[in-house]
Amino acid sequence: MASPEDLAGAPASLYEARKGVYPKAVNGPFRRFKWAIMAVTLAIYYGTPWIRWDRGPYAPDQAVLVDLAHRRFYMFQIEIWPHEFYYVAGLLIMAGIGLFLVTSAVGRAWCGYACPQTVWTDLFQHVDRLIDGDRNAQMRLANGPWTIEKLAKRGAKYAIYLGIAFWTGGAWIMYFADAPTLTHDFWAGQAAPVAYGTVAVLTATTFILGGFMREQVCIYMCPWPRIQTAMMDEKSLLVTYKDWRGEPRGSVKKAAAHPDAFGDCVDCSQCVAVCPTGIDIREGPQIGCITCALCIDACDGVMKQIGRPRGLIDYCTLDDAAIEKAGGQSQPVRKTLMRPRTLIYLGVWSAIGAAMLFSLGQRTRLDLAVQHERSPLYVQLSDGHIRNTYTLKLRNMETRPRRVAVTVSGLAGAALWTEAGSRKAAGQRIEVALAPDSVTRVKLFIAAPAGGPARHEFTIATRGLDGDPRGDAETIQFDRPETAP
Amino acid sequence: MVEQKRIDEATGTSTVGHEWDGIEELNTPLPRWWLWTFYLTIVWALGYVILYPAWPMIDDATKGVLGWSSRGQLEQELAADSKRRAPTVNAIAATDIADLPTKHALMQAAVQGGGAAFRVHCIQCHGAGGAGLKTLYPSLTDDDWLWGGDLAAIEYTVTHGIRNPGHKDTRASLMPAFGRDGILDAAQIGDVVSFVRTLSRQEKASASSARGAVLFDTNCAVCHGARGEGGRQVGAPKLTDAIWLYGGDRDSLAATINQPRNGVMPRWGERLDPVTIKMLATYVYSLGGGEKAPPAPAAKGQGADGQP
Repeated sequence: MASPEDLAGAPASLYEARKGVYPKAVNGPFRRFKWAIMAVTLAIYYGTPWIRWDRGPYAPDQAVLVDLAHRRFYMFQIEIWPHEFYYVAGLLIMAGIGLFLVTSAVGRAWCGYACPQTVWTDLFQHVDRLIDGDRNAQMRLANGPWTIEKLAKRGAKYAIYLGIAFWTGGAWIMYFADAPTLTHDFWAGQAAPVAYGTVAVLTATTFILGGFMREQVCIYMCPWPRIQTAMMDEKSLLVTYKDWRGEPRGSVKKAAAHPDAFGDCVDCSQCVAVCPTGIDIREGPQIGCITCALCIDACDGVMKQIGRPRGLIDYCTLDDAAIEKAGGQSQPVRKTLMRPRTLIYLGVWSAIGAAMLFSLGQRTRLDLAVQHERSPLYVQLSDGHIRNTYTLKLRNMETRPRRVAVTVSGLAGAALWTEAGSRKAAGQRIEVALAPDSVTRVKLFIAAPAGGPARHEFTIATRGLDGDPRGDAETIQFDRPETAP
Repeated sequence: MVEQKRIDEATGTSTVGHEWDGIEELNTPLPRWWLWTFYLTIVWALGYVILYPAWPMIDDATKGVLGWSSRGQLEQELAADSKRRAPTVNAIAATDIADLPTKHALMQAAVQGGGAAFRVHCIQCHGAGGAGLKTLYPSLTDDDWLWGGDLAAIEYTVTHGIRNPGHKDTRASLMPAFGRDGILDAAQIGDVVSFVRTLSRQEKASASSARGAVLFDTNCAVCHGARGEGGRQVGAPKLTDAIWLYGGDRDSLAATINQPRNGVMPRWGERLDPVTIKMLATYVYSLGGGEKAPPAPAAKGQGADGQP
């Protein structure tokens, strides 16, 4: 049986050495758009933890803070408690559907512009250009011998890589503690070990993924390109080389010598030179294409120089490609964007967002959870009455101390007291002082006459005593012996 | 399955030669760094084998140069935890038990610690949550106490136990076996039962209870009080309330008078340290029946045996 080597006509290796990617600098509208997005996303990432937001004396004044130690999540005026984690789940679902929406409408725009891997790779590639020069200089240096100059340049480049990586890792931990305090503690060596560990790990991953792995992450490691294949259809925008217009390729000179024999592509390879993942877009849609559109900028620049219309490489749907190939006029962009599929994604996405906003506005900030003591369910008292014990968890989710009254209804002859009180002083209600932004646990004893059903449903309710009377109520059981004792 | 390797036109990659219903597998080369990552895991494994217990031997495993063991780690964690708890435990030890309820945080900690000890040493008889067991062991959650329900009394009871023979500090008393020892005959016991049940308003006064009242006065009142109000110095239960450890119906009462149980509890002072006992007392106190300490003059009226 023939070996694959024979079939391939060349020795096939099980492993493939990485092909270097040295993208050339380019300018154009998409490049400028990418600059803008890089500036905005990096500014958000590095800057957000430093925004202050006054919440009064009982809560941190950091606008965005994931306070894992105290189990609170602050985002501007919204404060999320652990039991409200469904808001975070909702945000994640919105993020997922948002990606579906973007992918079905404009293809891999996330990959091309906003993905952290793309943004940081872009940043590191600019560092390459700053230290080593543009594409050709980079290639010369990479293939050249290890001279003093190369050592110095590599040293400088990796130092900048490391600086950016460290800054990136350092910014991450600021989301989990008060940023100015943590910065001070970090440099004073007083921060938690987990802070140093996190910065070390994220510095390492940023250094490796942004400095070296780059397009390998997109091509080999990331699951998203695979999922996106299922998200896209013939109406999704793709970066497309219009082969019907470009082929056959020929230089300007050849085209001048033989008019009508060649297409618009002059085979200048600028689209390959600028590609950050090192692919040739003229081979058609492929998993390595993150649709960053830099090849569109490069090609448009060349077309302008030689006086041919722009858009030999352009965003184009598969449908439009077929129409244009047949010589027709492509559909307006508005029509490809506004189709049932994208509208349904948009509708679902907005509905979840609106529902979350509505429920955020409606949620009560004074929450009651009651646990019925089960061992024993009831206690026979010496005067014949029955006592049940409950643990009240009173969540004061406002950042101010509060006073609440706890009352019961639906239980005749009930007397309430807490550990601090006594049955002699028991009454129809108790008052509890609640610390700001915390859970207060109260052990509540309720005694009631023995005559009554063995399982008696009644209601425990809370009511604010400080101007805002809104409270919470819970229906729970009062147990008595099955037969009269 | 036909093995037929060929070059895939679209990718220029050779196939592995396997084909399932027209679907072929490409023999795409792995990136080289992936291979290096694999080698790195092997290096990691070698380091792990040297540093940690790894090779199984006949009755043990190689120790590893770090000397780590799960048992050792547990011991470390336990030591660290007892170090963490030390300040609280010391503060509880230094605080008079009667003052504990005024120190909220300390009291909470003591109740927590006592609950943990209770679940190890006490639930076997007194049940989870101190609910007791009807006709055998008293409930610790109600408002009826045989030997006193304030913190100091509970601590004393737990420390010295109940009816431990030969120990002078133990809670001691002995109800005579009126029936078995022939002090009262069956009819007389019936009369006493009638009287006792009128005390707790389970029966109306009758000729039998009137006869029983006389017998009660001579035989029972010395411990249980003239009106059955009980006596905590001798652990004599109150007979006027709704709580009956061994049952309040006629048969149960008759059985008790005939041959009392005179229940026993170990003296935990011998097995547990004083802080644990103090915490146990606060836990029992917190179950719902805890009483305020009796006023100071009453404390002076302790029995000659030092019992409160």
